[in-house]
Amino acid sequence: MSGATVLGGEIGRPSTGEPLLQVRDLGVRFTRRGRAPVQAVDGVSFDVAAGRSVGLVGESGSGKSVTSLAVMGLLPPRGVEVTGSVRLDGTELLELDDAARRDLRGADMAMVFQDPMSSLNPVVQVGVQVTEVLRRHRGMGRAQARDEAADLLQRVGIPEPRRRLKDYPHQLSGGMRQRALIAMSLACEPRLLIADEPTTALDVTIQAQILDLLRELVVGTGTSLVLITHDLGVVAGLCDDVHVMYSGRIVESAGRRELFARPEHPYTGGLLASVPRLDAPRGEPLRPIPGSPTLTRPWGTGCAFEPRCTRSDDACVGDAPPLETVRGHGVRCVHPLGADTPAEETR
Amino acid sequence: MSDRRPDPVPDDAAVTGPPGTVEHVAEEHGTSLGKQALDRLRHDPLALVGLLLILGFVSVAVFAPWLAPYDPLDRPGQGVVTPTNIPGPSAEHWMGLDSLGRDELSRVIFGARQSLLVGVVSLLLGASVGIALGLLAGAFGGWVDAVVMRLTDMMLAVPGLLFAIGIAAVLGQSLLSVMVAIAVINVPIFVRLLRGSMLAQRNADYVVAVRSLGVRDRQVVLGHVLPNSLSPVIVQGTLTLATAIIDAAALSFLGLSGGDPGVPEWGRMLAETQRFLASAPHLAFFPGIAIVLAALGFTLLGESMREALDPKYRR
Amino acid sequence: MTTTSTGGTPAARGTDTLLSVRDLKVHFPITRGIIRDKVVGAVKAVDGVSLDVARGSTYGLVGESGCGKSTLGRGILRLTGLTSGSVLFDGEDLADLKGERLRHARLRMQMVFQDPMSSLDPRQDVESSLSEPLRAHGVTAGPGGHGQTVRELLHRVGLPASAASRYPHEFSGGQRQRIGIARAIALRPELVVADEPVSALDVSVQAQVINLLEELQDALGLTYLVIAHDLAVVRHVSDVVGVMYLGGIVEEADSDALYESPLHPYTLALMSAIPVPDPEIEDRRERIILRGDLPSPADPPTGCRFSTRCPFVQATRCTTERPDLREVAPGHAVACHYAEQIKAGRITRGV
Repeated sequence: MSGATVLGGEIGRPSTGEPLLQVRDLGVRFTRRGRAPVQAVDGVSFDVAAGRSVGLVGESGSGKSVTSLAVMGLLPPRGVEVTGSVRLDGTELLELDDAARRDLRGADMAMVFQDPMSSLNPVVQVGVQVTEVLRRHRGMGRAQARDEAADLLQRVGIPEPRRRLKDYPHQLSGGMRQRALIAMSLACEPRLLIADEPTTALDVTIQAQILDLLRELVVGTGTSLVLITHDLGVVAGLCDDVHVMYSGRIVESAGRRELFARPEHPYTGGLLASVPRLDAPRGEPLRPIPGSPTLTRPWGTGCAFEPRCTRSDDACVGDAPPLETVRGHGVRCVHPLGADTPAEETR
Repeated sequence: MSDRRPDPVPDDAAVTGPPGTVEHVAEEHGTSLGKQALDRLRHDPLALVGLLLILGFVSVAVFAPWLAPYDPLDRPGQGVVTPTNIPGPSAEHWMGLDSLGRDELSRVIFGARQSLLVGVVSLLLGASVGIALGLLAGAFGGWVDAVVMRLTDMMLAVPGLLFAIGIAAVLGQSLLSVMVAIAVINVPIFVRLLRGSMLAQRNADYVVAVRSLGVRDRQVVLGHVLPNSLSPVIVQGTLTLATAIIDAAALSFLGLSGGDPGVPEWGRMLAETQRFLASAPHLAFFPGIAIVLAALGFTLLGESMREALDPKYRR
Repeated sequence: MTTTSTGGTPAARGTDTLLSVRDLKVHFPITRGIIRDKVVGAVKAVDGVSLDVARGSTYGLVGESGCGKSTLGRGILRLTGLTSGSVLFDGEDLADLKGERLRHARLRMQMVFQDPMSSLDPRQDVESSLSEPLRAHGVTAGPGGHGQTVRELLHRVGLPASAASRYPHEFSGGQRQRIGIARAIALRPELVVADEPVSALDVSVQAQVINLLEELQDALGLTYLVIAHDLAVVRHVSDVVGVMYLGGIVEEADSDALYESPLHPYTLALMSAIPVPDPEIEDRRERIILRGDLPSPADPPTGCRFSTRCPFVQATRCTTERPDLREVAPGHAVACHYAEQIKAGRITRGV
């Protein structure tokens, strides 16, 4: 059983009209007692059109997870300052109060997390966790909710769904738990699904199953997907539009084909060059990015990637490079890769 | 430094260039986890309050002879006091007089000595025995562990205070028996704590790593498992001081610390006031407050230490 | 029984076998009972594994969770008890060693752990961590203690000398892993077992550590057993690759041969599942999606362990007879009754 067919080179629907989710200049700042505040997300803007899938790619410290939590409104109330605008279908999410958010969550937007074991309540049967969502948001009665829950589990590929309803999370395998989580988030047919590293904790064969499922969702039901991951391979197969994040800012944005064919930012290029690939010849040493993600410069004093960049010079210090977009491909760099002659494209 | 080092290695060099070059290491100098914990404590207001209370308590106990306005055995108000008229706080006697005309303030001050003594001694006794047993159980496992745990279970089967009363009753009414009793009821707590902590650490990756290096078992346990298992024990020690003070007061209240009226003891003072509670509530109030504050100090510090030492906060 | 041929790295010539594992089994008993524990079954984490690693080469062990590869790695180093089988290290059977002799044998074989955060004692500074193996084996120190050796080790793994006075939590993940590697080579072992050496690291740092491992192998003549779940990483570093499933090796071949022509259905599924950062390839490729879940190692299927999920499963032999690891081409072994037919296309996938 192979993956869902891809329509005309795109995974999701072609974008029409107003985007479903509009994030503008989102900033998240953590203040901690006795320590300097941390700007985890800084000036992030992106759109998610209805029926499209968008990928946020980055490593630890990039701010990708915090971005998704901010969009969902799941950040802790104290010690966090959120600025900017997040509009879901016109409604400004950052201005809503808790009750209004709860109504939206589950119904219009849902989130799938990385570790299914800690996202599921270990002492409540899986079936109950699914029906709970159905009864809360769709007002179903108990019997009807149970039928629908079984149906949902079936849809996500869990065998013997009726039996599984009675199971507890620890009785399911990792892959099944993740599917159950996805079922829960689909229960109310949200228009937007945010998946934060949904397959990182899973084995690669299970990952393939889950990614297939997500692809089917986007293609089949037109659900918009925001996928957060560090794995460029996952993004290549699943996301129409890709935004690469580094140290809290978006440093490159492009359609997936464009991004992989012509990466502009040295960080993106570095990532692509450093990953061992099955289709590349072995025998040559890998070309890693020097330093580690913690070796960054604050954006206020120049480009955050500068200490690790092989192309950096004085122009990279001082003001932070702005995000410049040319033909739909945005890059935040004063020495983008594309500026070289084709022979020097991948360093 | 030897001068035959191969190429000089630049310290803290920032990295650019091809792979394999020297990594950049953060600027701060080596701060151990202990120093980090201390740092956190210093900024914790509750910890500071607790520390203040403790320091107050200890200073009062140590400097009692200089702080107390009267000798606690003297009876300056002997002529004034009758069973129905026990003066409360006044300008001369800030905490009033007790039923025998003695200055209550001085008695409370000197009472701190007793409480501190009992608290510290019983803690040291109980903790050392408990840690020793817990170490054996955690290090050897097997039947040693089983024996120690069954012993502990038996000790825990008896409610703490009842157990203490029983021991003190058997050993006779004296301060020593109170100390021993409190020590004994605290032993199982430390045993379980240390053993549990050690069991958790024994399966940690770094223990396997160190074993795979060929480090001898004894060094693995004493040099690695034990130091990493001590945090909850330290926290418990602080909290145990608090409960020891309260337990000591309770046992004295019941008369188990003997009738020696020489040095006043808060618990005994409370016992003595039972008859006069209606007419002289200050006699219960002041020793009671003293007990509460002393115990509170240790509790606050202990709870703050628990947070400061919590591995979740390690960064 | 297969003997591995060593193509790849220049350091590995000939077939001088450093490590030889024969029919190794590691079973963890499952006990039940209130007063007396009764053994009611066993988790067969490693269930009859044989492999050879040539001196100076790298053997890559790949598989998903529950396949037993980590247990195998630890079993080889005697960090966990062995149920049966033998582990011949330079001719000496490690399975027999105990006490001081075992401790002495540890001089020659070391381990690099997956999680750099938890594999270093958080209370030890780097100097202490790195000199501990030296002290444990009574390596005589020059004047001034082991400081010189520590500095040299740090230099080898690309860390500055100032790292010696710092504590593990003050380093990044990649740096901590370097410290772990420095510690593993402190005693100049001959064999290094690396258990998921890069999977806990950020992507941009993984390549650094992989390169470091390769450099060290060349410089010190090390022999590696690399355990990982990432096929691409394993392919890059290994000369010979063994694919494990549910306690046994299902396919073993030279690195190039395995990736060019995988034969076992599980290997095929594994390779088809790995995402490749190339949209063209991702769109066009056909995924072999496995049915069902991994069976419990306490209750493995009868016959071929993979039969419950195999897309090519046949009615005869697969569920009744456990296939041996047999050589189908020079240096290429498969544990499948129908490997040749599948390759020739005579057997196709049922869905």
